[in-house]
Amino acid sequence: MHPYALTIHEAAELLADGRITAVGLTEAVLARIAAVDGRVHAYLRVAAEDALAQAAEADRRRAAGEHHPLLGIPLAIKDVLCTAGLETTCGSRILEGFVPPYSATAVARLRAAGAVLLGKTNTDEFAMGSSTENSAYGPTHNPWDLDRVPGGSSGGSAAAVAAGECLGALGSDTGGSVRQPAAHCGVVGLKPTYGRVSRYGLVAFASSLDQVGPLARDVTDCALLLEAIAGHDPLDATSSERPVPAYRRALGRGVEGLRIGVPREYLVEGTQAEVAAAVEAALDVWRGLGAEILEVSLPHTEYALPTYYLLAPAEASSNLARYDGVRYGYSHPEVREMWDTFYRTRGAAFGPEVKRRIMLGTYALSAGYYDAYYLKAQQVRTLIKGDFDRALERCDVLVAPTTPTTAFRLGEKTADPLEMYLSDVFTLSLNLAGLPGISVPCGFSGGLPIGVQVIGGAFQEEIVLQAAHAYEQATAWRRTPPL
Amino acid sequence: MPMPTRLTREEVLHIADLAKLALTEDEVALYGEQLSDILAHAEALNRLDTASIPPTAHVTETRNVYREDVPRQSLRPDEALANAPDRQDDWVRVRAVFE
Repeated sequence: MHPYALTIHEAAELLADGRITAVGLTEAVLARIAAVDGRVHAYLRVAAEDALAQAAEADRRRAAGEHHPLLGIPLAIKDVLCTAGLETTCGSRILEGFVPPYSATAVARLRAAGAVLLGKTNTDEFAMGSSTENSAYGPTHNPWDLDRVPGGSSGGSAAAVAAGECLGALGSDTGGSVRQPAAHCGVVGLKPTYGRVSRYGLVAFASSLDQVGPLARDVTDCALLLEAIAGHDPLDATSSERPVPAYRRALGRGVEGLRIGVPREYLVEGTQAEVAAAVEAALDVWRGLGAEILEVSLPHTEYALPTYYLLAPAEASSNLARYDGVRYGYSHPEVREMWDTFYRTRGAAFGPEVKRRIMLGTYALSAGYYDAYYLKAQQVRTLIKGDFDRALERCDVLVAPTTPTTAFRLGEKTADPLEMYLSDVFTLSLNLAGLPGISVPCGFSGGLPIGVQVIGGAFQEEIVLQAAHAYEQATAWRRTPPL
Repeated sequence: MPMPTRLTREEVLHIADLAKLALTEDEVALYGEQLSDILAHAEALNRLDTASIPPTAHVTETRNVYREDVPRQSLRPDEALANAPDRQDDWVRVRAVFE
């Protein structure tokens, strides 16, 4: 097997046995990037020299007696996470050339564990999108079919993992942006419970919805990455003080007696027949492993999309007010007075989707409309969260498709924003409710991957991982795309 | 609680002004249409009676997180201003605010 195709835990064993060095592993992955990224465009920048230096440092640390599952493992970071000394653009022109003076906590924790950072992956601008087509630097191509999208907004990270251009990656998930691209690229992607992972250094999109999440080739790898990045951070007041379990110990517990709820409202028109069939087949696998499947109801499901598309843009309109051409980032050169700097910088350097969402959010928060839109959406959010709380009283996890269809073609949905938003119909609710969810590969249709989603109660990542792992071990969907 | 069916050009310009976005005429027209479509979709929320439902602003279990008022290391001025478009010593320079 090519070193670039190894899982993190497989590579960790080889590193521990001395059968491969971190430098050797990193060189292999860099060579893979050189071979395929011209076609995939998963990366916005590759920091090869730094990566090799970090790999050499990891080998030295191992020789000195250190061991950690991530020591020497080459990973990719979505370009919405700050990396000290390494340009961070959020896929936007407004941050072109911006070099953060600090690293996101999640990134710092990976580095502390000895992971090697290969570079920054492509993203929809400020994480706003479901296809990575909103990147100001060109789209990423799905490694399974280069004419198709990898999903978004963490499309670069998902594609990089799928294509062997890293052994794992970090993404961010505000409405499905880790899980949906994971499904479209045939990899595993996890959104933790809100507050499980620090948001410090994650460039804010919607502060009550954003979470950093891992993408990897299997569930064990996701568990290892989550363990490394999770936990309280004094720099993020929304981070939970709950202790971090050793998530890897949840794996292998099986699903005997596990109650799996299937939300009846998720059997929607517009779900591709093969996707529905693959999820049904997955439920059969779980049934065969001893789980109990029952139907549940999330009655307010149809309201999740309009709720999200009022709350997320409202929060974004506030968070993106900081991009004003004054303290960092792009600054429009043709200005007479202060206000011109604001208007022209933002008008010139934000892309259309970002402007759309800022305007939508501004409107929803504005005088006279706040109650009708923003407050109303917050009230519906309460109802949506309530649905999940009630359903999870009767079962341990919920299972649903991750996406209604397999990956669509580049350019297919860019004309109609609403159509694009519908790709997130199965993922949005979890961000509104703050619950953890994982997408694992469960089949293919026409050569394109399908993902199934496992959803848990707040801080129940162990059960989510346990259920996902059991399914994964009973099936064999891990494949390398025909690049 | 008025929910207009389509945004007028004046409303779009007002929103752009609040958001400090300079838009071209084409953008004003395009975004006006698109925003109206999205808002029309959001009208679905009116089917729900939420009169007695408390709003959820966030789903975190944390409340009023404090720390001791003890100074600690933060960014040095040169680190903080390293990305400034127009910098003079430890100052960021901007265009005139007042005429």
